[in-house]
Parts: sequence; C-alpha cells; structure tokens
Amino acid sequence: MEKWIPLCCLAKGDCATVRQIQISGAMRRRLQDLGLTEGVGIVCCHQALGLAAYWFCGTMVALRKSDAASILVQP
Amino acid sequence: MKKDARTEASIALIGNPNVGKSTIFNALTGAHQHTGNWPGKTVAVARGHCQGTAYTLVDLPGTYSLLSRSEEETIAVEFVQSGQAACTVVVCDATCLERTLSLALQMMELTDRIVVCVNLLDEAQKQSIAIDLPKLARLLGVPVVGTSAGKTEGLERLRQTMQDVAEGKTIPKPLRILQNQGLHGRTEAESDQIAMALRLRAKQLVESCASGIAQTAPHSKLDAIVLHPIWGKAVMAALLLMVFWLTIEGANVPSRWLQSGFDALGSFLQKACAWLPELWRSVLLDGVYATAARVVAVMLPPMAIFFPLFTILEDFGYLPRAAFLLDRPFCRCGACGKQALTTCMGFGCNAVGVTGCRIIDSPRERLLAIATNAFVPCNGRFPTLILLITVFFAGKTATILAAGMLTLFVMLAVGMSMAATKLLHKTVLKGEMSSFAMELPPYRRPNIGRILWRSVCDRTLFVLGRAVMVAAPAGAMIWLLANVNCQGQSILLWISNFLQPLGQIMGMNGAILAAFLLGIPANELVLPVLCMILSASGTLSQLGNADIGAILLANGWTWQTALCVMTLCLFHAPCATTILTIKKETGSTKWTLISIALPTAVGMILCLLLHTIFAL
Repeated sequence: MEKWIPLCCLAKGDCATVRQIQISGAMRRRLQDLGLTEGVGIVCCHQALGLAAYWFCGTMVALRKSDAASILVQP
Repeated sequence: MKKDARTEASIALIGNPNVGKSTIFNALTGAHQHTGNWPGKTVAVARGHCQGTAYTLVDLPGTYSLLSRSEEETIAVEFVQSGQAACTVVVCDATCLERTLSLALQMMELTDRIVVCVNLLDEAQKQSIAIDLPKLARLLGVPVVGTSAGKTEGLERLRQTMQDVAEGKTIPKPLRILQNQGLHGRTEAESDQIAMALRLRAKQLVESCASGIAQTAPHSKLDAIVLHPIWGKAVMAALLLMVFWLTIEGANVPSRWLQSGFDALGSFLQKACAWLPELWRSVLLDGVYATAARVVAVMLPPMAIFFPLFTILEDFGYLPRAAFLLDRPFCRCGACGKQALTTCMGFGCNAVGVTGCRIIDSPRERLLAIATNAFVPCNGRFPTLILLITVFFAGKTATILAAGMLTLFVMLAVGMSMAATKLLHKTVLKGEMSSFAMELPPYRRPNIGRILWRSVCDRTLFVLGRAVMVAAPAGAMIWLLANVNCQGQSILLWISNFLQPLGQIMGMNGAILAAFLLGIPANELVLPVLCMILSASGTLSQLGNADIGAILLANGWTWQTALCVMTLCLFHAPCATTILTIKKETGSTKWTLISIALPTAVGMILCLLLHTIFAL
C-alpha cells in the first residue's frame, strides 16, 4: 500500500484517491456537498500561488493549500 | 400582479448553484432575473408569475445540499417546509448528475410533490453523455423532465409536468432511503453517514441510468492559459484593456449623435417655451433639461457598452477564474477569495457588488468585502474617468492610450480596495481566515444576441429612468441653488466658498467638491452637475452645448486638476443606492458610516498628497 500524502503535495496533473478528510464542521459539509468524500478520485489540474484547482466528481473546485493540507490522499 | 404573486399558490425551483435555475425561471416567467456563469449569483429569492399557469414561480438561491445549514439553504428548506409550495422542482445538471442528484434525494426526504428537471442536456450531449430519463423517473419514483433551458428546449413539458404535480393529477412516490432519521445527524459521524448514504445512492442511480460520463479531468487548453500564474494575469490585464478600449471607442459615435440631437432639441425647446415666464424657462431648460440631457448624452453610451461586455465575460464563466488568480492577494489582506468576485461585480454597480457579498460565508469576511466595495469605480463613474482622460491626457484620437490609462486607474482602485481591506483586517476586523472552496464552472458559450439586446434595453431604460427620476429633479435643485440669492450671492456660491479652502488644499476648488456632494444621489450626476455649476457662474450662453471638455478648459482646469478630480472620483462616498444597500445588508449604522468614511478619507488624503507634490 502506498503512503497517504496531503492533497496539497500533488503536482499538476497528478491523480489520487481521497482517503481521509481531517476537516470538521461547515467546511467538511461543504466539501461533501461538492462531492469530495473518501474514496473519490481527484486530479490536481492547475496550481497558483497559495491555491490549486482540483477536479473531482465532474467539477473543478479551487481549494487553498492550507485546506488541502488537511485532506489525505493516496497517489 | 404583485398582489397576485402573494396570494397565488407557488412552485419552487431549487438546485445546485449554476445549474441554470435562473435561466429556467426567466424562460417560464418572462422575467429578467440576472443570470451569469458563476455559482451563487442568485442571492435573493425571486418570484414571478409562471406564464400559462395559475402559479407563482419562486427561484430559491442555489444550494449544494440541505445538509450544511448555511444561510441560503435555510431559506430553501424553510420555504419548502412551510407548505407554500404546491410543487418543488429540483433542477439537476446533466453534465454533473451525481452531485446534483444528491440534492434531489435530500429534497425527496422532505416532500412528496416533486419534479426532477435534468437541465443542460445540450451540454451533456456535447460531452457524449447519455441519460435514460424514463428509467431515472422509474427509479426515483417522481416525474423527470429533460431540458436545455439555454435553447428553451423541454420547457413546455416541464411547465405541464409541474402543473400536473401541483394540481395532484400526478402523484409522485419518491424514493426514500433514510428511515425518518432526518437529514441532520446528532454527531459528526452520524452526519457523515447520512451524507455518504445519499451520495452512494446518487452514484448507483447515475451508474444505472447514464453512460458516457468522463472519469478523467477534461483537458482545457484555455484554462491552462487563463489559470496560469503568469499568463493568467496577463490575460486578465489584456481583457480589462480590451473591454475599456471597446467602451471608449464605441461610445464616441453614439455620444456625438446624442449630443447634436439634444442640442437641436434644446434650441427647439427654447423657441417653443418662449411664452413661459423667464424664470420657469430657465429652471426647466437650463436646469432640468440641461442636466438630464448631459447625463443621457455623455454617460449613457459608455454605460450601455461596458455593461454587456462585462456580462459576456460573466456568462462565459471568466469571473471565478479571475477570483482564482486574485485569491492570493486578497488572502494576504485577510479577505476571502470570493471578494475578488464581488469586487468585479462592483465594476458593474457597487450596490450589486454589495448584495453579492452574501456569497461569502464568514460574517467577518463579508463585512470586509462590503466596506471596501465602493473603492472600485462603478459603471456610473467610468464615463467621468473616460472623459477626463480623453480631454486632458490621451486626446480624442488615441483611444488605446486612454484605455491603457483607464486600466491603470482601475488597477490602482483594486489595489486601494485591497489596502483598505488589509487596514480593516489589522484594526477593527481581526480574525482567522475561514476555509474556502470555490467551484470553477465549465466555460459556456454566452448567448451574445440575448445579452446585447437585454443589456442595451435594460440598461438604457434604467439610465433613462434615473435621468428622469434623479437627474431632472437634481437639475432643478441645482439651478435653484445657483440662482436663489441670499445676502448678495447664490446659495451654491456660499457652499462653494465654504468648501473652497478644503478644495484648494486638495488641488481643486470648492465648486468641484460641491459637485461631488450634490452627485451623491447618483454618481453619473457629478460631471453634469459640475458643468451646471461652472456654466451657471459663467455665461448662460454655454448651455445646450454639451462639449464638457471646453467648459472645463475655459474654467482654468489643468491636467493636475483633472488628476485630482479623477482620484476623488475613484475614492469618495458611495452613491445613495449603495449606501442604502450597505445599511440593509449589514444592518448596522456603524458599518454603513465606516463604508462611507473610508473611501472618502482615502480620496481626500490622496488628493492632498498629489497637490503637495504638484506644489513642490
């Protein structure tokens, strides 16, 4: 089994599977609403300073690096 | 009709943000609810009579789910549970069925009378996604209608289906997967379970009813450039420059036509009103007519061109991309990246920008966005800037130079709004940054014909309406101020003289400050009012001649004066509409006052600095 890494460590173009979301409360719900749940495939599409755009469940969503650091994925 | 809207039974439209609810709403009601390609632009509940039925259609704000208890979601749930809705239409996105279907499943837990509308079928077809709608209807137990609202396909069936459900002709038996446990768990783990159960079922449904859904990220060459850290910013600057250039270049011709038209009409009216007493003729022609004519001739063409251009960018889906690029700087100022979106909306109209701040979830960050929105020039201030740049800096022919200068000024304005945000963040609105997730919707081809038609009509009517409602009375009032004498000089002169010392240290004069004060009801009034003041104190023969530049030059304006006036034009108290909107949105007098004082103080200090530098 490969190691789990924070989502923010994905380079542009990398694919991974979401394993653990270490965020609670409203933001956790919002991410779930957008389709970001454990087991979902995720791709890092664009990177900018401080944030990146990820594709999952048919949508592109911008997340800040600080938030993405709390989401563990398996490349 | 308004009274009817309250007594009629209603049908609610609910769905994820940006699935085309407002487009469906407009098509079914014939209304002109603002649409655009970015999530969260419908921030208030809109109502309209659904044509061909006896029902009121209610467009609820977009919500991703009913699970997270956010503001827009509470509005939606309360409305559906209050029993006001005879039928609820859940609008889903065919290109993103799994996520949007999850909301339908949640809704089906709450109510029986439901219709699922799968919108954007045309877009799905382009991506070769096929959806078996009859099978989906069977599995869900509720009527399912496919539509392509942008092309008005399937709307007739939707109208019929929702009417049947509302009248009880069709009785849906919705699939329920939660055993009466409610949508909200008592603990986070329980809530997680509910969310997972719903999502899993949505996934199963999609797997059995749809085919061709891409499992990999679409490769967008356009996004590769637009979202690129360096190229993206260049594209943003280029777009801004292009929009301004088109505005300036395009406004020249209609402006000239309108001016000569109004000149001709003015001299005709002079003759036609010869029978009126001198005083009345003067109030009506020199006051009311001259001010209203200038607002229309000088301000209307740039406004009517800028607005549709801006709407095209909005419908295309560019605004969230700009917000993506600008998140970092806004983040550094302690604000939310979505503030970039509301700031952009401010270019259209500050009042709209302030209302748009509802998309920001954290109250602290929302206040920051509201208080600093008036720093960016709105549609009503662009024409003033354009005219001053053309007369004093770029010349009438070098429109590209003028557009470049305007772009620089706008960047200065955005920079100042960020600095003000940071100032507030460091002083009165300290706090932690909230989390942030923003959807970047796929690009959609804007319906340019419809945008042009609607913007030109709506904008033109809006500005003409304001010209009559605000500019005309203001014209009469200013004429009175300029002509009623009190102890040997006009009231306006008293005001100007009173403001003269302040005006002088700011590199201007009292008359200009008086114009800004009198222009508070509507920002597009400032320049016409100023001309009114200047020509009223000079010779009356200049009236009817709309060449504002000549009047300004004749009154001894230099490029330094123009620069100070432009700075004050960027940074001064927001217009009356915006002030009222701020009061409504914040519910706080203190914040309204801060939002007025902050830009005013910045403008005054900058003018003072400029004047000091010029005096050296």
